[in-house]
Amino acid sequence: MGAQKKPRLEHNILSFRFVHEIGIAQDILAQVLNGAEKQNARSIHRIKLRIGDLSGVAEDALRFALEVGVRDTIAQDAIICMEQIKALCYCSTCEETFEPEDIIFLCPHCGTLSSKILRGRELEVSELEIT
Amino acid sequence: MCATCGCSTEKSYSIKKVDGQPHHHDHDDEQHRHMHEHGIPHEHASAHEESHSHDEHSPRRTIPLQQSVFAKNDLIAERNRGFFKAKDIRAINLLSSPGAGKTTLLEKTLQDLRSKVGIGVIVGDPQTDLDAMRLGQKDAPVIQVITGDACHLDAEMVWNSFDQIDWNGKRLLFIENVGNLVCPAAYDLGEQARVVLLSITEGEDKPLKYPTIFKTADVVLLTKMDLKTAAVADVEKIIKNVHAVAPQAQVISVSVRSNDGLQEWYDWLFKLLNG
Repeated sequence: MGAQKKPRLEHNILSFRFVHEIGIAQDILAQVLNGAEKQNARSIHRIKLRIGDLSGVAEDALRFALEVGVRDTIAQDAIICMEQIKALCYCSTCEETFEPEDIIFLCPHCGTLSSKILRGRELEVSELEIT
Repeated sequence: MCATCGCSTEKSYSIKKVDGQPHHHDHDDEQHRHMHEHGIPHEHASAHEESHSHDEHSPRRTIPLQQSVFAKNDLIAERNRGFFKAKDIRAINLLSSPGAGKTTLLEKTLQDLRSKVGIGVIVGDPQTDLDAMRLGQKDAPVIQVITGDACHLDAEMVWNSFDQIDWNGKRLLFIENVGNLVCPAAYDLGEQARVVLLSITEGEDKPLKYPTIFKTADVVLLTKMDLKTAAVADVEKIIKNVHAVAPQAQVISVSVRSNDGLQEWYDWLFKLLNG
């Protein structure tokens, strides 16, 4: 019994980690398949996504969820490309932009905290390659 | 489907006025069609506009989509914002983890302000109308959205609650979100302001662990200040951590039990109303 319990626990932990991205994957796939269908696509070869550092998405987990999700669809052989969008903040003291190093957006020049996020929240389906 | 945590929003949710019967909502009902009639852009799964056969050797082509995953919610949120603006209503999205004191704060706020300003409430919970029953005793129209498996309110749920409220004389709408510090952050409801509650019993590191929701806050209310000693809470450190991840947020420390800080909260509300 003890030997059987352990994998189940691990499975639950994995499910919990990935559940965050499974929802995103399903929304992305709906947009992808819908977009491809409007173009009368027979097959989707490439799905290009733009994922901001501040979107709250773990790329590995999202890729895993997408690979499961595309099965038995016209996107089943698609290559999934993820373009990472680095966060960009604006420092009102220096009047300059900077890329923050972590979740605390500290201007590297003057140390002012910034709440002006210019880029990094993106979560987009940018383009598809189809036949 | 919640785009953040994967919980289901496909199943029906229900909207209930506290003194009425549950109003079940699914994708076939009248309110949903009503929204379509009013022209919210939406996608249909089978729009074969140009039906023609394909050459087996047709070349690969690239089509731009450039769609935000949250596009549909954001459109309805803008519609809600327009509704609030037209009616001169300030809508406040109240967010926190479960048990931080959203309902208790609202009970007190309704009790203290109901003679001064018309207030409506929409409250979301995965199950039960217990919060609406509590708030309904304070003489304000309270709409309970039972979200079922969904872990957050979305803009459509809020939109579908509108016709349950008599807006006559209302200036303030509190939208008490589902207790959750992750998913609700991503869903714009069309609100004018976001207020995140953080009870001081939750630990000093909460803002660092859940930065996304704090980064969207206009106000962070530190609640349960009366428990400061019992919880051995380092309030200065909590405030420092809030400021580190959310320098834009105004921090107000309150205790509903001792009334401390409530005037500052009410002053902020009236500033919003008069702004």
